[in-house]
Amino acid sequence: MTGFELFVDGFLNGAVAVEWTPAILKGFVLTVFLAVLVVLTGLGAGLLLSLVRSLGFRFLNAVIVFVVDILRTIPALVLIVLLYFGAPSIGVVMSGSVSTWLALSLVLMAFSEEIFWAGITSISKGQWEAARSTGLGFGRTFFHIILPQAIRLTIPPLTNRTIGITKGIALASVVAVQDILGSAQTAVTFAFNATPLLIAAAAYIILFLPLVILSRRIETRFHWRR
Amino acid sequence: MDIIDAFFNFDILSQSWPLLLKGIATSLMLSVLGIPLGFAAGMILALLSTCGHRGARFFCNVWVDLFRSLPPLVLLILLFAGLPFIGIELSAVSALIVVFFLNSGSYYGEILRAGIESIPLGQIEAARSTGLSQQKTMAYVVLPQAVRNVLPDLISNTLEVVKLTSIASVVAIPELLFQARQVQNFTYNATPLMAAAVLYFVLLWPFVRMLSRFEHRAIAGRY
Repeated sequence: MTGFELFVDGFLNGAVAVEWTPAILKGFVLTVFLAVLVVLTGLGAGLLLSLVRSLGFRFLNAVIVFVVDILRTIPALVLIVLLYFGAPSIGVVMSGSVSTWLALSLVLMAFSEEIFWAGITSISKGQWEAARSTGLGFGRTFFHIILPQAIRLTIPPLTNRTIGITKGIALASVVAVQDILGSAQTAVTFAFNATPLLIAAAAYIILFLPLVILSRRIETRFHWRR
Repeated sequence: MDIIDAFFNFDILSQSWPLLLKGIATSLMLSVLGIPLGFAAGMILALLSTCGHRGARFFCNVWVDLFRSLPPLVLLILLFAGLPFIGIELSAVSALIVVFFLNSGSYYGEILRAGIESIPLGQIEAARSTGLSQQKTMAYVVLPQAVRNVLPDLISNTLEVVKLTSIASVVAIPELLFQARQVQNFTYNATPLMAAAVLYFVLLWPFVRMLSRFEHRAIAGRY
């Protein structure tokens, strides 16, 4: 075989693609499902933490900062493996999907809390005081006055982080989850052909490229003027 | 005492300590390889992207977006497990190096480009009109300020590169996570994994603290 034929046979094999695309499609659905879940719980928990932090209890804030720091330093894969293999020894058995969801949610929570918090603190104190003195309660001030302004500043770094962390779903393949990558790897061992891996790469690009392009747009919109 | 026994078992820790230390040495070595490589790739992308040629800019954007949307682990598996099928055998470390170049390089590239674009055009015009060549303007006027402007993002991305080395465990490079999993396999005890997590924390915490202060100033300073 010439080099080109070898390439087509090994990477763009039609028969293998037809046989294994349905399995990878299943993985695609699982990946999308996990991704949506991670984004919802991760950002939700991060927002909640930043809200608690803005209440200003000193001890509580020290705890929050410490937990966030821990989660920012530990690689997501280490966390996934720790939850998957470690938790059963204290009687909590987690499936690979659950440990991946939990680990990535925790990491996204930590990073988004930092970003939300930076946004919140960028709003001047006068805004709080003005809102409170017109009779709004703490919750209303936070959700109607502070948050809408803070969110605007935080959107560019937030989208980047969220995409970066959500991509980590591929790590689930390490703990035997049949996500896009996991199902493609299974296919490779059965078909003895690399085509499924190329399909997996394409699937990830189809899933994330629109989001990456969107984040680029957002960034340009919020960009410093030259 | 279940938790102590399962996660903070001193006997198992002292047994696995030498392996974990070897693992962290390998992790650091991979980082020392990956950080300059990714940075260099990013610099090439950023310079190409801001050189004023529209085609070059478009090419860079496509390149960066493509590799930012592909999870690094997918790329690593594709290179390590996929390429042999067409007769190209990459060692695990070389596959990882290519991942650094493509993935980390794209992230560095985006950051450096933003840095370069944060320098007002007036400065470039002023530098050029004092007689500096285009290269000298870039090297002595634009880049030093550009790097300073995006320093927090650069540090943050560098931490991500160090954390990224943990995927090397999947292709059996004996770095920290790999060693921890080995011991965990033998002992059925999660202590080595916990120790790996703690080691990562101890190693990176000072940088995260510093970063947190930086980031704060960056966002807070915009109002």
